Amino acid sequence: MSEKILEAINIYKEFHDPVTVPVLHDISFSINKGEFVAVTGKSGCGKSTLLYILSTMDTDYKGELFIDNESMNNKKEAQLAAIRNQKIGFVFQFHYLLNEFTVLQNVMLPGLKLNKYSAKEVEHRALEKLTMLGIEKLALKNANRVSGGEKQRVAIARALINDPVIIMGDEPTGNLDKKNSEIVFDIFKQLAAEFKQTLLIVTHDEGFAKKTNRIIEMEDGRIIN
Amino acid sequence: MNYKLLINIAKSLLLARWKQTLVAAIGVTFSISMFITLLSFMTGLNDLLDGLILNRTPHIRLYNEIKPNKDQPVNTTAEFKDHYNFIRSLKSGGSRQEIYNSAAVLQALKNDQRVLGYAPKIFAPVFFNDGSINIAGVINGIEVDAESSYFHFNDYITEGTSADLNKVSNSIILGKGLAANLLADVGDIVQVTTSQGEQFPLKVVGVFQTGIQDFDKVQSYASIVSVQKVLGKTSTYITDIQIKLKDVKTAPAVAVVYADLFQLDALDIQTANSQFETGSFIRTLISYAVGITLLIVAGFGIYNILNMMIFEKMDSIAILKATGFSGKDVKRIFLLIALSIGFFGGLIGLLAGLGLSALIDQIPFTTASLPTVKTYPIQYNPLFYVIGAAFSLITTFLAGWFPSRKASKVDPVIIIRGK
Repeated sequence: MSEKILEAINIYKEFHDPVTVPVLHDISFSINKGEFVAVTGKSGCGKSTLLYILSTMDTDYKGELFIDNESMNNKKEAQLAAIRNQKIGFVFQFHYLLNEFTVLQNVMLPGLKLNKYSAKEVEHRALEKLTMLGIEKLALKNANRVSGGEKQRVAIARALINDPVIIMGDEPTGNLDKKNSEIVFDIFKQLAAEFKQTLLIVTHDEGFAKKTNRIIEMEDGRIIN
Repeated sequence: MNYKLLINIAKSLLLARWKQTLVAAIGVTFSISMFITLLSFMTGLNDLLDGLILNRTPHIRLYNEIKPNKDQPVNTTAEFKDHYNFIRSLKSGGSRQEIYNSAAVLQALKNDQRVLGYAPKIFAPVFFNDGSINIAGVINGIEVDAESSYFHFNDYITEGTSADLNKVSNSIILGKGLAANLLADVGDIVQVTTSQGEQFPLKVVGVFQTGIQDFDKVQSYASIVSVQKVLGKTSTYITDIQIKLKDVKTAPAVAVVYADLFQLDALDIQTANSQFETGSFIRTLISYAVGITLLIVAGFGIYNILNMMIFEKMDSIAILKATGFSGKDVKRIFLLIALSIGFFGGLIGLLAGLGLSALIDQIPFTTASLPTVKTYPIQYNPLFYVIGAAFSLITTFLAGWFPSRKASKVDPVIIIRGK
């Protein structure tokens, strides 16, 4: 149970605009397989910034980052994109589905991009994920025709499609009402418990964080707990 | 690379904003169809204008110029060969306009690979007698079939048919102005007097009109046999050979060869009508310039719309990148969008251009100078369509290149955090 999925070593980041302000100082921690981790802290403490660095989308930082025991430093943009595609699933605060596609197509997109399975298999897997999340009925609806809570569940299904080693969430319940928040949390909980899915969720919702396995608390760009 | 997926995404993005797509495509369609129509019409007109004179002009004309003999006896005498001889009161020897040994010359032309066709001709200045008045004119003795197939003779006949020249013995086709001056209609007999003073009746079987007034007032055509009879010459008598070459550009070079080979004067089309080439070149240049300008304007339209689309699709681009699409993929998607606008807009533009040209081809256009032209001239040249298609793809590609590059550089973090 000590297999490291994600390891950050001395991550340091500063913003340059308009003046140079350091936002993250010497962030070092690691996440093991199957852990359900919440990163909490007040607005502006740098937790989202940290998440984007860990997600490989932000490459402007100092320090070292390992995902699945592979260093993310000195990788090209296309390589990082491939890693995001294969190993990381995302759930954002604002659902971020492609409105031009149906729910099913949205879920299938990263799978088709990975090109590991045939289109038919990807579709089958996507339907499986939707069924698991109880929204298989929405499969053929247009993405902009489903409710906010449903969209977030679709986004989770999309995050799961390539069996990522870790799912990252940026305030995934921040934009949802209590009932939907609970549904989404229960899904995460279930993923962690039943499927040993590693989860890293940034949230400022204390109630949400308390129910996770581990809390990383941040303040002013440092991990304090 | 998973192109099928990228094509699918591009298609969905295109169709999601089909009105915008349509506007962009219509821009391309419009410019391509205008490009095709303009070029077809302009080159059609060009051909028509050039044809006015060039159709009837041989690429090379072989004849004997009336001029003093270069080899004066005194120069060929051994005694005076090294002297500079002054000869006064030298006269042109009008003795022979006839092409000597014409049968052999024609045979040589027939075997020459460079020659597309040739038509022998007799040039006979005559007087047309109308009561007490004599009108100076020319009878061209022609071989009707060759003249029609190589020099568009039939295009200029307004009354009667050229074939009658062969069927009716001693027949003539008069220029329109000449016929009017002689008050002669088809079926009438006109009297001609040769320069030797012989009188001869000829039956009018047709009237032609070239559109050049001075030409129509003096020219007339008869079969070679008829003219030989009128002049009292043998059946080998011809004064001109008109040659049409396979490649008109070689005319000046071939003319020099023939002049030397046959010991005749040879006039090539470029020397005789140099102004036409300049005119048609400039007109073609102008139409290409206007056409390409239209395409570039359409390109800017596509550029604008793609830029706007990328602005609207920032979220989608961010999510594509977050879920593992690289900048390259995003760039390909937007290039595909641009190219499909160019492809379909261009395709419809080509068809619309063809339709529009066909329409112009139906508009009546009658002019006294061109009896056989009834509608506006259009040249259907596949080359225009190839250029149009290539340009629609190239301009849309360039117009799509910069917005696509911009899309590929979108930083997903900024978009996602910005919400």
